Amino acid sequence: MTETTQSAEHDNHLAHADGAVLRADDLIAGYLPGVNILNGADLYCQPGELVGIIGPNGAGKSTLLKALFGLVKVHEGSVKLKGEDITNQRADQLVSKGIGFVPQNNNVFPSLTIEENLEMGCYQDPKRFTERFGFVTDLFPRLGERRKQRAGQLSGGERQMVAMGRALMMDPSVLLLDEPSAGLSPVLQDEVFVQTRNINKAGVSVIMVEQNARRCLQICDRGYVLDQGRNAYSGTGKSLADDPKVIELYLGTLGQKED
Amino acid sequence: MAADLSAARAALEGVPSEPGVPKPDPIVKGDNITRTFGGLKAVDVEHIEIQRGVITALIGPNGAGKTTLFNLLTGFDEPDDGTWAFNGTALGKVPAYKVARLGMVRTFQLTKVLSKLTVIENMRLGAKGQRGEKFLSAAFKSLWGAQEKANTDRADALLERFKLDAKREDFAGSLSGGQRKLLEMARALMVDPELIMLDEPMAGVNPALKQSLLGHVKSLRDEGRTVLFVEHDMDMVRDISDWVIVMAQGQIVAEGTPQSVMADQRVIDAYLGAHHDSDITEIDIADLEKAAEAELDEGTKP
Repeated sequence: MTETTQSAEHDNHLAHADGAVLRADDLIAGYLPGVNILNGADLYCQPGELVGIIGPNGAGKSTLLKALFGLVKVHEGSVKLKGEDITNQRADQLVSKGIGFVPQNNNVFPSLTIEENLEMGCYQDPKRFTERFGFVTDLFPRLGERRKQRAGQLSGGERQMVAMGRALMMDPSVLLLDEPSAGLSPVLQDEVFVQTRNINKAGVSVIMVEQNARRCLQICDRGYVLDQGRNAYSGTGKSLADDPKVIELYLGTLGQKED
Repeated sequence: MAADLSAARAALEGVPSEPGVPKPDPIVKGDNITRTFGGLKAVDVEHIEIQRGVITALIGPNGAGKTTLFNLLTGFDEPDDGTWAFNGTALGKVPAYKVARLGMVRTFQLTKVLSKLTVIENMRLGAKGQRGEKFLSAAFKSLWGAQEKANTDRADALLERFKLDAKREDFAGSLSGGQRKLLEMARALMVDPELIMLDEPMAGVNPALKQSLLGHVKSLRDEGRTVLFVEHDMDMVRDISDWVIVMAQGQIVAEGTPQSVMADQRVIDAYLGAHHDSDITEIDIADLEKAAEAELDEGTKP
Protein backbone atom coordinates (compact mmCIF):
# COMPACT_ATOMS: atom_id res chain seq x y z
CA MET A 1 0.00 0.00 0.00
CA THR A 2 1.37 3.40 -0.87
CA GLU A 3 1.62 6.32 1.54
CA THR A 4 -1.08 8.34 -0.17
CA THR A 5 -3.76 5.66 -0.14
CA GLN A 6 -2.92 4.92 3.46
CA SER A 7 -3.40 8.51 4.56
CA ALA A 8 -6.51 8.80 2.40
CA GLU A 9 -7.91 5.77 4.14
CA HIS A 10 -6.94 7.30 7.46
CA ASP A 11 -8.86 10.53 6.67
CA ASN A 12 -11.82 8.58 5.38
CA HIS A 13 -11.86 6.52 8.56
CA LEU A 14 -11.86 9.58 10.81
CA ALA A 15 -14.53 11.28 8.72
CA HIS A 16 -16.98 8.74 10.16
CA ALA A 17 -15.79 9.19 13.73
CA ASP A 18 -17.93 12.22 14.57
CA GLY A 19 -20.31 11.59 17.42
CA ALA A 20 -18.42 8.48 18.52
CA VAL A 21 -18.88 7.37 22.10
CA LEU A 22 -15.21 6.45 22.27
CA ARG A 23 -12.46 7.31 19.85
CA ALA A 24 -8.69 7.03 19.77
CA ASP A 25 -6.48 8.97 17.42
CA ASP A 26 -2.90 8.16 16.45
CA LEU A 27 -2.14 6.29 19.62
CA ILE A 28 1.51 5.68 20.37
CA ALA A 29 1.83 3.65 23.53
CA GLY A 30 3.90 0.99 25.23
CA TYR A 31 4.86 -0.60 28.53
CA LEU A 32 8.48 0.60 28.62
CA PRO A 33 9.92 3.96 27.68
CA GLY A 34 11.30 3.85 24.16
CA VAL A 35 9.56 0.56 23.30
CA ASN A 36 6.27 1.32 21.61
CA ILE A 37 3.75 -1.43 21.05
CA LEU A 38 1.22 0.86 19.39
CA ASN A 39 2.59 2.90 16.53
CA GLY A 40 -0.28 5.15 15.59
CA ALA A 41 -3.48 3.15 15.96
CA ASP A 42 -6.88 4.74 15.34
CA LEU A 43 -10.27 3.53 16.42
CA TYR A 44 -13.77 4.76 17.01
CA CYS A 45 -17.00 3.27 18.29
CA GLN A 46 -20.37 4.85 17.58
CA PRO A 47 -23.19 4.63 20.14
CA GLY A 48 -24.75 1.16 20.00
CA GLU A 49 -22.00 -0.27 17.84
CA LEU A 50 -20.23 -3.58 18.35
CA VAL A 51 -16.62 -3.18 17.24
CA GLY A 52 -14.13 -6.04 16.95
CA ILE A 53 -10.34 -5.84 16.99
CA ILE A 54 -8.44 -8.79 15.56
CA GLY A 55 -4.90 -9.41 14.41
CA PRO A 56 -2.02 -11.85 14.75
CA ASN A 57 -0.17 -12.46 18.00
CA GLY A 58 1.77 -9.46 19.18
CA ALA A 59 -0.11 -7.07 16.93
CA GLY A 60 -1.01 -4.87 19.91
CA LYS A 61 -4.70 -5.72 20.27
CA SER A 62 -4.76 -6.03 24.04
CA THR A 63 -2.39 -3.09 24.38
CA LEU A 64 -4.79 -0.93 22.40
CA LEU A 65 -7.64 -1.91 24.68
CA LYS A 66 -5.54 -1.24 27.78
CA ALA A 67 -4.47 2.12 26.38
CA LEU A 68 -8.13 3.08 25.98
CA PHE A 69 -8.64 2.23 29.64
CA GLY A 70 -5.58 4.01 31.00
CA LEU A 71 -3.72 0.80 31.88
CA VAL A 72 -0.93 1.45 29.39
CA LYS A 73 0.79 4.80 29.17
CA VAL A 74 -0.15 6.69 26.03
CA HIS A 75 2.90 8.59 24.80
CA GLU A 76 1.24 10.36 21.89
CA GLY A 77 -2.27 10.65 20.53
CA SER A 78 -5.54 10.98 22.37
CA VAL A 79 -8.47 8.99 23.71
CA LYS A 80 -11.83 10.73 23.87
CA LEU A 81 -15.02 9.61 25.59
CA LYS A 82 -18.07 11.45 24.21
CA GLY A 83 -15.80 14.30 23.17
CA GLU A 84 -13.99 14.60 26.50
CA ASP A 85 -10.23 13.97 26.48
CA ILE A 86 -9.58 11.07 28.86
CA THR A 87 -6.05 10.17 27.77
CA ASN A 88 -4.04 8.54 30.56
CA GLN A 89 -6.71 9.00 33.20
CA ARG A 90 -6.89 6.49 36.02
CA ALA A 91 -9.00 3.38 35.52
CA ASP A 92 -11.32 4.13 38.45
CA GLN A 93 -12.06 7.60 37.07
CA LEU A 94 -12.84 6.06 33.70
CA VAL A 95 -15.23 3.59 35.27
CA SER A 96 -17.20 6.40 36.90
CA LYS A 97 -17.22 8.21 33.55
CA GLY A 98 -18.80 5.24 31.84
CA ILE A 99 -16.22 2.74 30.58
CA GLY A 100 -16.46 -0.90 31.57
CA PHE A 101 -13.39 -3.10 31.19
CA VAL A 102 -13.14 -6.90 31.33
CA PRO A 103 -9.54 -8.12 31.53
CA GLN A 104 -8.52 -11.40 29.95
CA ASN A 105 -7.10 -13.12 33.04
CA ASN A 106 -7.71 -13.08 36.79
CA ASN A 107 -10.90 -11.22 36.19
CA VAL A 108 -12.90 -12.35 39.24
CA PHE A 109 -12.28 -12.16 42.98
CA PRO A 110 -12.06 -15.90 43.71
CA SER A 111 -12.79 -15.73 47.45
CA LEU A 112 -15.90 -13.59 47.00
CA THR A 113 -19.29 -14.91 45.98
CA ILE A 114 -20.86 -14.09 42.62
CA GLU A 115 -23.08 -11.53 44.29
CA GLU A 116 -20.13 -9.90 46.09
CA ASN A 117 -18.17 -9.84 42.85
CA LEU A 118 -21.02 -7.97 41.22
CA GLU A 119 -21.23 -5.63 44.24
CA MET A 120 -17.58 -4.78 43.69
CA GLY A 121 -18.59 -3.64 40.22
CA CYS A 122 -20.59 -0.76 41.63
CA TYR A 123 -18.68 0.08 44.81
CA GLN A 124 -18.50 3.67 43.54
CA ASP A 125 -22.28 3.89 43.60
CA PRO A 126 -23.73 1.12 45.83
CA LYS A 127 -27.27 2.49 45.72
CA ARG A 128 -27.65 1.17 42.19
CA PHE A 129 -26.87 -2.40 43.13
CA THR A 130 -30.42 -3.80 43.16
CA GLU A 131 -31.39 -2.31 39.83
CA ARG A 132 -28.15 -3.29 38.08
CA PHE A 133 -28.11 -6.75 39.65
CA GLY A 134 -31.49 -7.29 38.02
CA PHE A 135 -30.16 -6.14 34.65
CA VAL A 136 -27.14 -8.42 34.85
CA THR A 137 -29.03 -11.49 36.03
CA ASP A 138 -31.53 -10.98 33.22
CA LEU A 139 -28.62 -11.27 30.80
CA PHE A 140 -26.98 -14.09 32.76
CA PRO A 141 -29.71 -16.01 34.64
CA ARG A 142 -27.05 -18.47 35.75
CA LEU A 143 -25.40 -15.82 37.90
CA GLY A 144 -28.64 -15.13 39.73
CA GLU A 145 -29.20 -18.83 40.40
CA ARG A 146 -25.74 -19.18 41.89
CA ARG A 147 -25.37 -15.83 43.57
CA LYS A 148 -24.02 -17.30 46.82
CA GLN A 149 -21.38 -19.48 45.16
CA ARG A 150 -17.73 -18.44 45.45
CA ALA A 151 -16.25 -17.27 42.16
CA GLY A 152 -13.13 -19.37 42.75
CA GLN A 153 -15.21 -22.54 42.31
CA LEU A 154 -16.62 -21.50 38.96
CA SER A 155 -15.56 -22.82 35.58
CA GLY A 156 -13.90 -20.57 33.02
CA GLY A 157 -17.16 -19.92 31.16
CA GLU A 158 -18.96 -18.85 34.33
CA ARG A 159 -16.08 -16.65 35.45
CA GLN A 160 -16.28 -14.86 32.15
CA MET A 161 -19.98 -14.19 32.84
CA VAL A 162 -19.14 -12.84 36.29
CA ALA A 163 -16.43 -10.57 34.88
CA MET A 164 -18.71 -9.27 32.14
CA GLY A 165 -21.54 -8.84 34.61
CA ARG A 166 -19.35 -6.91 37.02
CA ALA A 167 -18.25 -4.53 34.29
CA LEU A 168 -21.93 -3.88 33.49
CA MET A 169 -22.81 -2.94 37.07
CA MET A 170 -21.99 0.73 36.54
CA ASP A 171 -24.16 0.90 33.43
CA PRO A 172 -21.23 1.78 31.17
CA SER A 173 -21.74 3.60 27.90
CA VAL A 174 -19.01 1.48 26.36
CA LEU A 175 -17.79 -1.98 27.38
CA LEU A 176 -14.24 -3.14 26.59
CA LEU A 177 -13.73 -6.93 26.37
CA ASP A 178 -10.24 -8.45 26.19
CA GLU A 179 -10.43 -11.86 24.45
CA PRO A 180 -13.57 -13.04 26.22
CA SER A 181 -13.50 -16.42 24.45
CA ALA A 182 -9.89 -17.30 25.36
CA GLY A 183 -9.45 -20.67 27.00
CA LEU A 184 -13.05 -21.79 26.52
CA SER A 185 -14.41 -24.82 24.69
CA PRO A 186 -15.93 -24.20 21.23
CA VAL A 187 -19.50 -24.35 22.54
CA LEU A 188 -18.78 -21.95 25.38
CA GLN A 189 -16.91 -19.67 23.01
CA ASP A 190 -20.05 -19.47 20.89
CA GLU A 191 -22.05 -18.82 24.03
CA VAL A 192 -19.79 -15.88 24.91
CA PHE A 193 -20.22 -14.41 21.43
CA VAL A 194 -24.00 -14.73 21.66
CA GLN A 195 -23.94 -13.12 25.10
CA THR A 196 -21.77 -10.29 23.83
CA ARG A 197 -24.23 -9.72 21.03
CA ASN A 198 -27.07 -9.69 23.59
CA ILE A 199 -25.29 -7.13 25.77
CA ASN A 200 -24.85 -4.99 22.68
CA LYS A 201 -28.52 -5.39 21.73
CA ALA A 202 -29.43 -4.24 25.26
CA GLY A 203 -27.95 -0.90 24.28
CA VAL A 204 -24.32 -1.09 25.39
CA SER A 205 -21.62 -0.13 22.89
CA VAL A 206 -18.95 -2.82 22.87
CA ILE A 207 -15.32 -2.91 21.76
CA MET A 208 -13.93 -6.44 21.85
CA VAL A 209 -10.47 -7.83 21.19
CA GLU A 210 -10.63 -11.40 19.93
CA GLN A 211 -8.38 -14.26 18.92
CA ASN A 212 -11.28 -16.15 17.36
CA ALA A 213 -11.29 -13.80 14.39
CA ARG A 214 -14.02 -15.50 12.36
CA ARG A 215 -16.59 -15.55 15.13
CA CYS A 216 -15.72 -12.02 16.12
CA LEU A 217 -16.20 -10.73 12.59
CA GLN A 218 -19.51 -12.56 12.34
CA ILE A 219 -21.04 -10.74 15.29
CA CYS A 220 -19.45 -7.31 15.07
CA ASP A 221 -20.74 -4.36 13.08
CA ARG A 222 -17.26 -3.19 12.22
CA GLY A 223 -13.84 -4.72 12.64
CA TYR A 224 -10.27 -3.51 12.84
CA VAL A 225 -7.32 -5.67 11.87
CA LEU A 226 -4.16 -4.65 13.67
CA ASP A 227 -0.63 -5.47 12.64
CA GLN A 228 2.51 -4.26 14.36
CA GLY A 229 0.66 -1.68 16.41
CA ARG A 230 -1.11 -0.06 13.45
CA ASN A 231 -4.43 -0.40 11.70
CA ALA A 232 -3.83 -2.72 8.79
CA TYR A 233 -7.42 -2.99 7.60
CA SER A 234 -10.84 -1.96 8.78
CA GLY A 235 -14.32 -2.49 7.46
CA THR A 236 -17.58 -4.24 8.16
CA GLY A 237 -17.28 -7.62 9.80
CA LYS A 238 -18.48 -9.39 6.65
CA SER A 239 -16.05 -7.67 4.30
CA LEU A 240 -13.07 -8.49 6.53
CA ALA A 241 -14.12 -12.10 7.04
CA ASP A 242 -13.95 -12.69 3.30
CA ASP A 243 -10.72 -10.76 2.75
CA PRO A 244 -7.75 -12.99 1.84
CA LYS A 245 -5.39 -10.24 3.00
CA VAL A 246 -6.53 -10.86 6.57
CA ILE A 247 -5.56 -14.52 6.35
CA GLU A 248 -2.25 -13.46 4.90
CA LEU A 249 -1.56 -11.30 7.95
CA TYR A 250 -2.07 -14.27 10.24
CA LEU A 251 -0.18 -16.89 8.30
CA GLY A 252 2.23 -14.97 6.10
CA THR A 253 2.11 -14.96 2.35
CA LEU A 254 1.93 -18.75 2.36
CA GLY A 255 -1.50 -18.59 3.94
CA GLN A 256 -2.89 -17.90 0.53
CA LYS A 257 -3.51 -20.89 -1.62
CA GLU A 258 -1.21 -20.96 -4.59
CA ASP A 259 -2.96 -20.32 -7.86
CA MET B 1 27.69 -33.84 7.97
CA ALA B 2 26.22 -32.07 4.99
CA ALA B 3 25.36 -35.41 3.45
CA ASP B 4 23.65 -36.49 6.68
CA LEU B 5 21.65 -33.31 6.70
CA SER B 6 20.29 -33.65 3.22
CA ALA B 7 19.54 -37.29 3.97
CA ALA B 8 17.56 -36.30 7.06
CA ARG B 9 15.57 -33.77 5.09
CA ALA B 10 15.14 -36.06 2.12
CA ALA B 11 13.74 -38.71 4.44
CA LEU B 12 10.84 -36.38 5.19
CA GLU B 13 9.97 -35.98 1.55
CA GLY B 14 7.77 -39.04 1.28
CA VAL B 15 6.06 -38.42 4.61
CA PRO B 16 2.40 -37.54 4.12
CA SER B 17 1.01 -34.33 5.64
CA GLU B 18 -1.20 -35.93 8.27
CA PRO B 19 -1.49 -35.22 12.00
CA GLY B 20 0.55 -37.70 14.06
CA VAL B 21 2.16 -39.23 10.98
CA PRO B 22 5.04 -41.69 11.67
CA LYS B 23 8.52 -40.45 10.68
CA PRO B 24 11.34 -42.56 9.27
CA ASP B 25 13.78 -41.80 12.11
CA PRO B 26 12.06 -40.30 15.15
CA ILE B 27 14.12 -39.01 18.10
CA VAL B 28 11.00 -38.40 20.20
CA LYS B 29 7.83 -40.49 20.15
CA GLY B 30 4.76 -39.83 22.26
CA ASP B 31 1.36 -41.49 22.67
CA ASN B 32 -1.94 -40.40 24.21
CA ILE B 33 -0.46 -37.53 26.21
CA THR B 34 -3.14 -35.57 28.04
CA ARG B 35 -2.98 -32.77 30.56
CA THR B 36 -6.02 -30.97 31.96
CA PHE B 37 -6.16 -27.79 33.98
CA GLY B 38 -9.48 -27.71 35.78
CA GLY B 39 -12.01 -28.52 33.08
CA LEU B 40 -9.77 -27.47 30.21
CA LYS B 41 -7.88 -30.07 28.18
CA ALA B 42 -4.68 -28.17 27.54
CA VAL B 43 -2.94 -31.07 25.81
CA ASP B 44 -4.59 -34.06 24.17
CA VAL B 45 -2.05 -35.53 21.77
CA GLU B 46 -2.79 -38.94 20.33
CA HIS B 47 0.54 -39.51 18.65
CA ILE B 48 3.56 -37.34 17.97
CA GLU B 49 6.92 -38.06 16.40
CA ILE B 50 9.85 -35.69 15.96
CA GLN B 51 12.22 -36.49 13.13
CA ARG B 52 15.92 -36.64 14.01
CA GLY B 53 18.39 -34.15 12.54
CA VAL B 54 15.94 -31.56 11.24
CA ILE B 55 14.28 -28.39 12.47
CA THR B 56 10.68 -28.97 13.49
CA ALA B 57 8.44 -26.01 14.28
CA LEU B 58 5.52 -26.31 16.68
CA ILE B 59 2.96 -23.62 15.89
CA GLY B 60 -0.63 -22.84 16.78
CA PRO B 61 -2.80 -20.04 18.10
CA ASN B 62 -2.68 -18.75 21.67
CA GLY B 63 -3.65 -21.39 24.19
CA ALA B 64 -3.14 -24.29 21.77
CA GLY B 65 -1.03 -26.18 24.32
CA LYS B 66 2.39 -25.79 22.73
CA THR B 67 4.27 -24.71 25.83
CA THR B 68 2.37 -27.21 27.99
CA LEU B 69 3.46 -30.00 25.64
CA PHE B 70 7.03 -28.70 25.92
CA ASN B 71 6.76 -28.77 29.71
CA LEU B 72 5.44 -32.33 29.67
CA LEU B 73 8.06 -33.69 27.29
CA THR B 74 10.91 -32.17 29.31
CA GLY B 75 9.65 -33.18 32.75
CA PHE B 76 8.71 -29.69 33.91
CA ASP B 77 5.10 -30.76 34.28
CA GLU B 78 3.34 -34.09 34.79
CA PRO B 79 0.62 -35.30 32.42
CA ASP B 80 -2.64 -36.92 33.47
CA ASP B 81 -1.85 -39.76 31.14
CA GLY B 82 0.44 -40.79 28.32
CA THR B 83 3.83 -42.20 27.42
CA TRP B 84 6.72 -40.72 25.53
CA ALA B 85 10.28 -41.70 24.82
CA PHE B 86 13.49 -39.99 23.82
CA ASN B 87 15.82 -42.17 21.78
CA GLY B 88 13.82 -45.17 22.97
CA THR B 89 14.15 -44.28 26.67
CA ALA B 90 10.74 -43.85 28.30
CA LEU B 91 10.58 -40.48 30.04
CA GLY B 92 7.42 -40.72 32.16
CA LYS B 93 8.14 -39.35 35.66
CA VAL B 94 11.75 -38.60 34.80
CA PRO B 95 12.65 -35.26 36.43
CA ALA B 96 13.67 -32.32 34.30
CA TYR B 97 17.35 -32.35 35.22
CA LYS B 98 17.68 -36.01 34.21
CA VAL B 99 15.92 -35.34 30.92
CA ALA B 100 18.51 -32.66 30.24
CA ARG B 101 21.38 -35.04 31.05
CA LEU B 102 19.96 -37.55 28.61
CA GLY B 103 20.50 -35.01 25.86
CA MET B 104 17.15 -33.25 25.57
CA VAL B 105 17.51 -29.64 26.65
CA ARG B 106 15.06 -26.77 26.47
CA THR B 107 15.03 -23.02 26.73
CA PHE B 108 12.19 -20.85 28.01
CA GLN B 109 10.03 -18.19 26.45
CA LEU B 110 10.71 -15.94 29.43
CA THR B 111 14.39 -16.54 29.82
CA LYS B 112 15.62 -18.08 33.02
CA VAL B 113 19.14 -16.72 33.28
CA LEU B 114 20.45 -16.13 36.77
CA SER B 115 20.70 -12.36 36.77
CA LYS B 116 23.02 -11.99 39.77
CA LEU B 117 25.61 -14.30 38.25
CA THR B 118 27.94 -13.26 35.48
CA VAL B 119 27.55 -14.58 31.96
CA ILE B 120 30.45 -17.01 32.32
CA GLU B 121 29.10 -18.29 35.66
CA ASN B 122 25.73 -18.90 34.04
CA MET B 123 27.49 -20.89 31.36
CA ARG B 124 29.48 -23.04 33.81
CA LEU B 125 26.24 -23.93 35.58
CA GLY B 126 25.04 -25.57 32.39
CA ALA B 127 27.73 -28.26 32.49
CA LYS B 128 26.79 -31.69 33.83
CA GLY B 129 28.59 -34.18 36.06
CA GLN B 130 30.65 -31.56 37.86
CA ARG B 131 32.97 -33.30 40.31
CA GLY B 132 33.40 -30.16 42.41
CA GLU B 133 29.74 -30.39 43.43
CA LYS B 134 30.44 -33.48 45.54
CA PHE B 135 30.73 -32.69 49.23
CA LEU B 136 34.08 -34.34 49.89
CA SER B 137 35.87 -33.53 46.69
CA ALA B 138 34.80 -29.87 46.80
CA ALA B 139 37.63 -29.15 49.25
CA PHE B 140 40.36 -30.42 46.93
CA LYS B 141 40.77 -28.35 43.84
CA SER B 142 43.12 -30.95 42.36
CA LEU B 143 40.12 -33.25 41.97
CA TRP B 144 38.02 -30.91 39.89
CA GLY B 145 40.27 -28.12 38.68
CA ALA B 146 40.98 -29.74 35.34
CA GLN B 147 37.29 -30.36 34.69
CA GLU B 148 36.44 -26.80 35.67
CA LYS B 149 39.05 -25.57 33.22
CA ALA B 150 37.64 -27.75 30.45
CA ASN B 151 34.14 -26.48 31.18
CA THR B 152 35.32 -22.88 31.13
CA ASP B 153 37.11 -23.41 27.83
CA ARG B 154 33.99 -24.94 26.37
CA ALA B 155 31.90 -22.07 27.73
CA ASP B 156 34.28 -19.50 26.26
CA ALA B 157 34.14 -21.18 22.86
CA LEU B 158 30.34 -21.10 22.96
CA LEU B 159 30.26 -17.47 24.09
CA GLU B 160 32.46 -16.59 21.17
CA ARG B 161 30.21 -18.49 18.80
CA PHE B 162 27.15 -16.61 20.07
CA LYS B 163 29.08 -13.32 20.12
CA LEU B 164 28.68 -12.93 23.87
CA ASP B 165 32.40 -13.05 24.65
CA ALA B 166 32.53 -9.30 25.21
CA LYS B 167 29.90 -9.73 27.93
CA ARG B 168 31.76 -12.56 29.70
CA GLU B 169 32.14 -10.79 33.04
CA ASP B 170 28.87 -8.82 32.96
CA PHE B 171 25.96 -9.77 35.18
CA ALA B 172 23.40 -11.71 33.18
CA GLY B 173 20.77 -9.32 34.53
CA SER B 174 22.33 -6.51 32.50
CA LEU B 175 21.83 -8.30 29.16
CA SER B 176 19.12 -7.31 26.71
CA GLY B 177 16.24 -9.67 25.97
CA GLY B 178 17.86 -10.94 22.81
CA GLN B 179 21.22 -11.48 24.49
CA ARG B 180 19.51 -13.47 27.22
CA LYS B 181 17.98 -15.71 24.57
CA LEU B 182 21.45 -16.25 23.14
CA LEU B 183 22.85 -16.97 26.60
CA GLU B 184 20.13 -19.55 27.25
CA MET B 185 20.85 -21.20 23.95
CA ALA B 186 24.59 -21.22 24.63
CA ARG B 187 24.07 -22.59 28.13
CA ALA B 188 21.84 -25.34 26.77
CA LEU B 189 24.72 -26.39 24.52
CA MET B 190 27.01 -26.94 27.52
CA VAL B 191 25.60 -30.46 27.88
CA ASP B 192 26.07 -31.13 24.16
CA PRO B 193 22.41 -32.05 23.63
CA GLU B 194 21.12 -34.18 20.79
CA LEU B 195 17.76 -32.43 20.87
CA ILE B 196 17.38 -28.77 21.69
CA MET B 197 13.93 -27.36 22.31
CA LEU B 198 13.44 -23.61 21.99
CA ASP B 199 10.33 -21.96 23.40
CA GLU B 200 9.61 -18.83 21.34
CA PRO B 201 13.23 -17.92 20.63
CA MET B 202 12.17 -14.79 18.72
CA ALA B 203 9.77 -13.36 21.31
CA GLY B 204 11.00 -10.00 22.52
CA VAL B 205 14.07 -9.98 20.30
CA ASN B 206 14.73 -6.85 18.27
CA PRO B 207 14.72 -7.22 14.49
CA ALA B 208 18.44 -6.62 14.14
CA LEU B 209 19.25 -9.59 16.34
CA LYS B 210 16.57 -11.81 14.77
CA GLN B 211 18.60 -12.51 11.68
CA SER B 212 21.61 -13.66 13.66
CA LEU B 213 19.44 -15.72 15.98
CA LEU B 214 17.99 -17.44 12.91
CA GLY B 215 21.50 -18.22 11.76
CA HIS B 216 22.35 -19.73 15.15
CA VAL B 217 19.28 -21.97 15.11
CA LYS B 218 20.19 -23.21 11.64
CA SER B 219 23.77 -23.84 12.75
CA LEU B 220 22.47 -26.13 15.51
CA ARG B 221 20.87 -28.32 12.89
CA ASP B 222 23.83 -28.09 10.57
CA GLU B 223 26.07 -29.56 13.25
CA GLY B 224 23.76 -32.57 13.50
CA ARG B 225 21.42 -31.64 16.36
CA THR B 226 17.67 -31.94 16.28
CA VAL B 227 15.77 -28.70 16.89
CA LEU B 228 12.16 -28.39 18.03
CA PHE B 229 10.88 -24.87 18.48
CA VAL B 230 7.68 -23.06 19.36
CA GLU B 231 7.21 -19.87 17.43
CA HIS B 232 4.61 -17.28 16.50
CA ASP B 233 6.72 -15.49 13.94
CA MET B 234 5.49 -17.10 10.73
CA ASP B 235 8.32 -15.66 8.67
CA MET B 236 10.81 -17.43 10.88
CA VAL B 237 8.86 -20.66 10.66
CA ARG B 238 8.83 -20.50 6.89
CA ASP B 239 12.49 -19.53 6.72
CA ILE B 240 14.10 -22.23 8.78
CA SER B 241 11.86 -25.16 9.51
CA ASP B 242 11.99 -28.46 7.66
CA TRP B 243 8.76 -29.70 9.18
CA VAL B 244 5.85 -27.99 10.92
CA ILE B 245 3.44 -29.41 13.50
CA VAL B 246 0.29 -27.37 14.13
CA MET B 247 -1.59 -27.56 17.42
CA ALA B 248 -5.00 -26.14 18.29
CA GLN B 249 -7.06 -26.73 21.42
CA GLY B 250 -4.50 -29.20 22.71
CA GLN B 251 -4.51 -31.44 19.66
CA ILE B 252 -2.28 -31.80 16.65
CA VAL B 253 -4.46 -30.61 13.80
CA ALA B 254 -1.98 -30.64 10.94
CA GLU B 255 1.60 -31.51 10.01
CA GLY B 256 3.76 -31.12 6.98
CA THR B 257 6.33 -29.00 5.22
CA PRO B 258 5.97 -25.25 5.81
CA GLN B 259 4.48 -24.81 2.35
CA SER B 260 1.86 -27.50 2.69
CA VAL B 261 0.91 -26.58 6.26
CA MET B 262 0.35 -22.91 5.64
CA ALA B 263 -2.04 -23.61 2.79
CA ASP B 264 -3.91 -26.19 4.88
CA GLN B 265 -7.53 -25.27 5.56
CA ARG B 266 -7.31 -26.83 9.04
CA VAL B 267 -4.47 -24.46 9.91
CA ILE B 268 -6.29 -21.42 8.64
CA ASP B 269 -9.28 -22.50 10.73
CA ALA B 270 -7.09 -22.99 13.78
CA TYR B 271 -5.78 -19.45 13.53
CA LEU B 272 -8.91 -17.62 12.51
CA GLY B 273 -11.38 -19.67 14.54
CA ALA B 274 -13.19 -22.85 13.62
CA HIS B 275 -16.83 -23.29 12.66
CA HIS B 276 -16.20 -21.44 9.44
CA ASP B 277 -18.95 -23.53 7.90
CA SER B 278 -21.65 -22.03 10.10
CA ASP B 279 -22.39 -18.40 10.82
CA ILE B 280 -23.07 -17.69 14.47
CA THR B 281 -25.82 -15.25 13.56
CA GLU B 282 -27.67 -18.11 11.87
CA ILE B 283 -27.25 -20.95 14.35
CA ASP B 284 -30.05 -22.03 16.66
CA ILE B 285 -29.57 -20.03 19.85
CA ALA B 286 -31.78 -22.35 21.92
CA ASP B 287 -29.66 -25.36 20.93
CA LEU B 288 -26.50 -23.47 21.79
CA GLU B 289 -27.85 -22.36 25.16
CA LYS B 290 -28.76 -25.95 25.98
CA ALA B 291 -25.32 -27.27 24.99
CA ALA B 292 -23.55 -24.50 26.91
CA GLU B 293 -25.75 -25.04 29.96
CA ALA B 294 -24.94 -28.77 29.87
CA GLU B 295 -21.19 -28.10 29.64
CA LEU B 296 -21.30 -25.62 32.47
CA ASP B 297 -23.25 -28.04 34.68
CA GLU B 298 -20.68 -30.72 33.90
CA GLY B 299 -17.87 -28.36 34.87
CA THR B 300 -19.33 -27.35 38.23
CA LYS B 301 -20.02 -30.87 39.52
CA PRO B 302 -17.81 -31.54 42.52
